Amino acid sequence: MNNKVIETQHKSKLFNKEWFIEQKSLIALILLITVVAFMNEYFFTVNNLLNILRQTSVIAIIAAGMTLVILTAGIDLSVGSILALCGAFAASMISLEIPIFIAVPISLLGGALLGCATGGIIAKGKVQAFIATLVTMTLLRGVTMVYTDGRPISAGYTDVADNFAWFGTGYVFGIPVPVWIMIAVFAAIWYLLNHTRFGRYVYALGGNESATLLSGINVDRVKIGVYAICGLLSALAGIIITSRLSSAQPTAGMGYELDAIAAVVVGGTSLAGGKGRIMGTLIGALIIGVLNNALNLLDVSSYFQMIVKALVILLAVLVDNKHK
Amino acid sequence: MDQPILALKGIHKSFPGVKALDNACLNVYPGKVMALLGENGAGKSTLMKVLTGIYALDQGEVRYQDRKINFAGPRESQEAGIGIIHQELNLIPELTIAENIFLGREITNAFGGIKWSVMFDEADALLQRLNVKHKSSQLLGELSLGEQQMVEIAKALSFKSNVIIMDEPTDALTDTETASLFKVINELRDAGYGIVYISHRLKEIFEICDDITVLRDGKFITEQKVADIDEDTLIELMVGRRLDEQYPRIESSHGTTCLEVKNLSAADVHNVSFTLNHGEILGVSGLMGAGRTELMKVIYGALKRDSGELLLEGTSIHPHNPQQGLAYGIAYISEDRKGDGLILGLSVKENMSLCALKQFSKGIQLDHQAETMAVEDFIGLFNIKTPSKNQIIGNLSGGNQQKVAIAKGLMTRPKVLILDEPTRGVDVGAKKEIYQLINQFKAEGMSIILVSSEMPEVLGMSDRIIVMHQGRISGEFNHADADQEKLMACAVGKISNEVTA
Repeated sequence: MNNKVIETQHKSKLFNKEWFIEQKSLIALILLITVVAFMNEYFFTVNNLLNILRQTSVIAIIAAGMTLVILTAGIDLSVGSILALCGAFAASMISLEIPIFIAVPISLLGGALLGCATGGIIAKGKVQAFIATLVTMTLLRGVTMVYTDGRPISAGYTDVADNFAWFGTGYVFGIPVPVWIMIAVFAAIWYLLNHTRFGRYVYALGGNESATLLSGINVDRVKIGVYAICGLLSALAGIIITSRLSSAQPTAGMGYELDAIAAVVVGGTSLAGGKGRIMGTLIGALIIGVLNNALNLLDVSSYFQMIVKALVILLAVLVDNKHK
Repeated sequence: MDQPILALKGIHKSFPGVKALDNACLNVYPGKVMALLGENGAGKSTLMKVLTGIYALDQGEVRYQDRKINFAGPRESQEAGIGIIHQELNLIPELTIAENIFLGREITNAFGGIKWSVMFDEADALLQRLNVKHKSSQLLGELSLGEQQMVEIAKALSFKSNVIIMDEPTDALTDTETASLFKVINELRDAGYGIVYISHRLKEIFEICDDITVLRDGKFITEQKVADIDEDTLIELMVGRRLDEQYPRIESSHGTTCLEVKNLSAADVHNVSFTLNHGEILGVSGLMGAGRTELMKVIYGALKRDSGELLLEGTSIHPHNPQQGLAYGIAYISEDRKGDGLILGLSVKENMSLCALKQFSKGIQLDHQAETMAVEDFIGLFNIKTPSKNQIIGNLSGGNQQKVAIAKGLMTRPKVLILDEPTRGVDVGAKKEIYQLINQFKAEGMSIILVSSEMPEVLGMSDRIIVMHQGRISGEFNHADADQEKLMACAVGKISNEVTA
């Protein structure tokens, strides 16, 4: 008897309210785009839209990794530092004319290993993720400063450097390469979360760690895995930035952890873990990207931009809480 | 008898699907210690929660000092003079004794600053009264558990309580600590306090209490003077219910030994040995905290084993974690469904297949079709009432959640299925279905360990029964020889070790 009631409620919701709640971040994005398009004629041009996508891609790629970490009820503050260190590492390899097909994978591997180490501290050392990644964030930023001596590392002016610049500045079918990379990353993480055991374990771990442990799942391995992927994607973001600027800045990626977390949260993923969708994060990153772009086009001063951005994120989170 | 200072009359309280209290009564007399007795789930804690206003009562009356009262919450009942000391201490180890006693009621001056000296003096006076030889400026964490219990009592006294309720106060205490607690209780009694003493330990009841009240299935059974009663009568009063036909036992011929546990020791488990045959249900009875869950978790690999041997079908096994336990063919269904059994935010499907995902994978990719088919098979087989396999499991009823939990264990195709309190929080109809399922597994030759605090359940379902008391096996029975009195006697530590066949 009870079941019938649940069933009918479930069905009727599926077509209206439930669906809207589920898609609210997408609806918010479309609304935002529509409003801004009316306010500024340049906004809704192919050029500008591609520009937004390219600008968003770096944060979005980091946020994809961050989504995995947050789904396990963790947090990774070290993404910006890993980005800077791996970017610097890549830049010096390119300047030494080490071929791209060696330099790029090695940088990515470096990011993954740094993430592994962070995950290891969290899983095996039983350190809270916030503290552990706060430590690695500071530590790796320090290492970057020491490594670069606080000065940018130029990729040089060789053929290798020219080829390397493709990652940040190239176009394929008229769409910037970083955007293609972003699409590939999100497709891969989507596959990982929805079609592999690992993905299922990520949700389970975030939902209830002790139940997951008691279900015979190697919880430590899952934890280390998500931080490794997050580190790898941070390194990828570092390569894109370095490639675009054809040099690595020692202060690159500072504060990116907060932008990435904001994108994840605006995308509807719960900081408590276990709930969230990767495509929500993409939309979250785009909302923040569109907002940045729109505020610039509308000539809002950068000081006010911070305030507006903060209020929008607050609004998104409040609306999200209301439907839980 | 005298006029009671506190009287609960005809209390009724229902929760969805369960009638927790059904005409429960309790009288507390000044200068007397009243024991409140009953099996696990008899309604003792619920009654105390109704009294202190944590739950609202459906029907009935609470009279305190000859006035009808209705407390809105623990704060109100505390201020009225009813102090309760819960089984788990509600103290903060990082604060001083005085801060703990006056937590939330700090003595302050006009500016809101704490008058430390006044607070410490008052706390010291309370401690002295209870013979605690510590200064109240000491950190609570430095005290032994028994002394912390005394601090709880001091806190209750600081409210100018007239009635003090103690829920299993000696559970964590050593013998000497228990002795000094009893001394304090005697002093409080002489000073005219009304005391409610809740305990499973019958010995203590006869030592410290004046009267007893027995609850059973939420019903008031009797109020008697301790002097007029003996231990056996008391046990009979507590359990005295006939087994009805809700346990559809099936007979099966027992095969060979499946699991053998030899001299197993771990934290809270001491030198435990037993065997489990193929196609057998082994009931494990005992009171809460007897070490049953710990024993099962050691066998499963979730808790560390100190010594002893596990033989599964003749080969020695050493599961160090649940993964290995599952790989050996042992599945454990947790007693704490919400805490560490299920992941409430995930769907029925995701929960059910969690342990067995390897079976439903092709390489690294999940085989959604195979998974869906298996899950839907189990939903049908177990008659799980859910709108779909994608329903969030937190929205299902307790009985259906439990069925999913059992299905989750079964998907790994275990040799040994350990069910820890499989019918806790499950309504009567679903209970029967779960029993039928368990019997079905048994008929198929699976070896099942059934841990349960409900004695009728253990008696009705099991082929053999072991009883645990304080981490040891205190009795082993064939189902034909067992009855509730014998099990209860073993469970409370009045050992009658009738090992049969």
